[in-house]
Amino acid sequence: MKQILTAEQIDSTLERLYKAVTSQIPEDMPVAVVGIRTRGETIARRIVERLAKDKPKLHVDFGILDITFYRDDLSRKRGAPLVRATEIDFDIDGKWVLLIDDVLHTGRSIRAALDALSDFGRAEIIRLGVLIDRGGHELPIAADFVGKKRSVPTGQRIQIRLKENDDKEGAYIIKEEA
Amino acid sequence: MTKKVPISSRKKHKITDFVGGDVSERTTTQRIAALVPNPSPVEVTSGDDFVWTRKDLLGLDQLSPQEIVHILDTAETFREVSTRSIKKVPALRGKVVALLFFEDSTRTRMSFELAASRMSADTLLLTSKGSSISKGETTLDTIKNIEAMGVDVFVIRHGESGAAQMVAKQVTGSVINAGDGSHEHPTQALLDIFTIRQRLGRLAGLKVAIVGDIAHSRVARSNILGLRKLGAEVVVVGPPTLVPNKITAMGCSVSHSLDEVLGEVDAINMLRIQFERFGGGLFPSLAEYSKLFGMTSARLKRCKKDVLIMHPGPINRGVELTSEVADGPNSCILQQVTNGLAVRMAVLYLVSQGKID
Repeated sequence: MKQILTAEQIDSTLERLYKAVTSQIPEDMPVAVVGIRTRGETIARRIVERLAKDKPKLHVDFGILDITFYRDDLSRKRGAPLVRATEIDFDIDGKWVLLIDDVLHTGRSIRAALDALSDFGRAEIIRLGVLIDRGGHELPIAADFVGKKRSVPTGQRIQIRLKENDDKEGAYIIKEEA
Repeated sequence: MTKKVPISSRKKHKITDFVGGDVSERTTTQRIAALVPNPSPVEVTSGDDFVWTRKDLLGLDQLSPQEIVHILDTAETFREVSTRSIKKVPALRGKVVALLFFEDSTRTRMSFELAASRMSADTLLLTSKGSSISKGETTLDTIKNIEAMGVDVFVIRHGESGAAQMVAKQVTGSVINAGDGSHEHPTQALLDIFTIRQRLGRLAGLKVAIVGDIAHSRVARSNILGLRKLGAEVVVVGPPTLVPNKITAMGCSVSHSLDEVLGEVDAINMLRIQFERFGGGLFPSLAEYSKLFGMTSARLKRCKKDVLIMHPGPINRGVELTSEVADGPNSCILQQVTNGLAVRMAVLYLVSQGKID
């Protein structure tokens, strides 16, 4: 396990992501920020909290998406860990929706998230923001807002740790189990 | 070399209760004392790292407390799906769920059917009427034929105890017991327990009364097993002909008077009186049963203020409970039905993700 970002660097990466988002956030449309469980939820929550401070007039809905049921690799191999509820208690019809995840890799989680989102209504626009884009995309999916690009060879994966979930902050490269 | 032990000195198989130790060697008072829940019952949690690995749900008897809580927590997630405008998730897309109802059922069947369709599974339905069952085919032949069509999950309701387990040994797909004889009805007990936890916020330390035909009730058996595993106390109530004393071996206490337990319980599960058992002389008349064991407004007044009144349905209004009680604020009968859907979605999902060794 190798650390690639320190807590301070996570901070500045998040800052870049936030700046990219705010530069394009529409003033004339209802906005919603939806985080993908678990780390995406935390990052989305931080963005929403900052938006509330910086743009007090802007109404922003906050939602959490659990994509387990939408994955294309649901199988008997892994058994069934606990699935948490999706919490989107607002109407997404006609909204500018910002989807947030921690790491963009194959794009399969995002595909699942787009499927899940469409079950909640028809968003006007969906944009994708990620903390780190590590490359290795397998689907025609790219992020609109990226905190940091860092290519990582196949067989390794990036793990983000955030204080809300893991007590400490940082980004690490770990070898994928075979 | 193995040492030979003469049969006479071999240890007899001992029945132990939840406290441990041999039940038969205890006096009645000791036995009852052992049934009193521990002084500081702790709510069971399944923990974030817990992973479900079973391919079948045959009964609550085999499940650990953590596994039961894992089902309840997963059901909590599925409750949200039913509140969406598109009430469907693709978790079981392309899977086939066969509903084999060798014994009649309306609500359990419909609940499983809707649960399967909310998970995007395809369903096959077999009911006892007008099928090959009435043409003399054996149960196993029927199931083998259906399995040959490519079925992933079998949901089985059967009049014989142990039917689901027998089928589980013979098929490669998952098996869910939807009621077998007087043995178990795990999904009904899970939805009952889910409803109690939802309404009262916990299970450990609660006291639940189950009233009615305990001797023949698979709902009672599954409820007793599940509630005890999660730290709740259970008292079964009914006339002696319907409540065998041996049931205390399952870790519950027995009362033959509903009036005596009213004030001390947090939930009362009124089982349906099955009219088909009338001929057996198990109780003299419906009116007498209702007078002694029916839930009325007068009895409700003597209960704890927020006592839960439950019924697995279908209700015989005026027999197990009066209409005022069934439709009153303490009743959670319709909530049980709603929760049944979430619980069955959870079970379908979990068994289809369970590992095959």
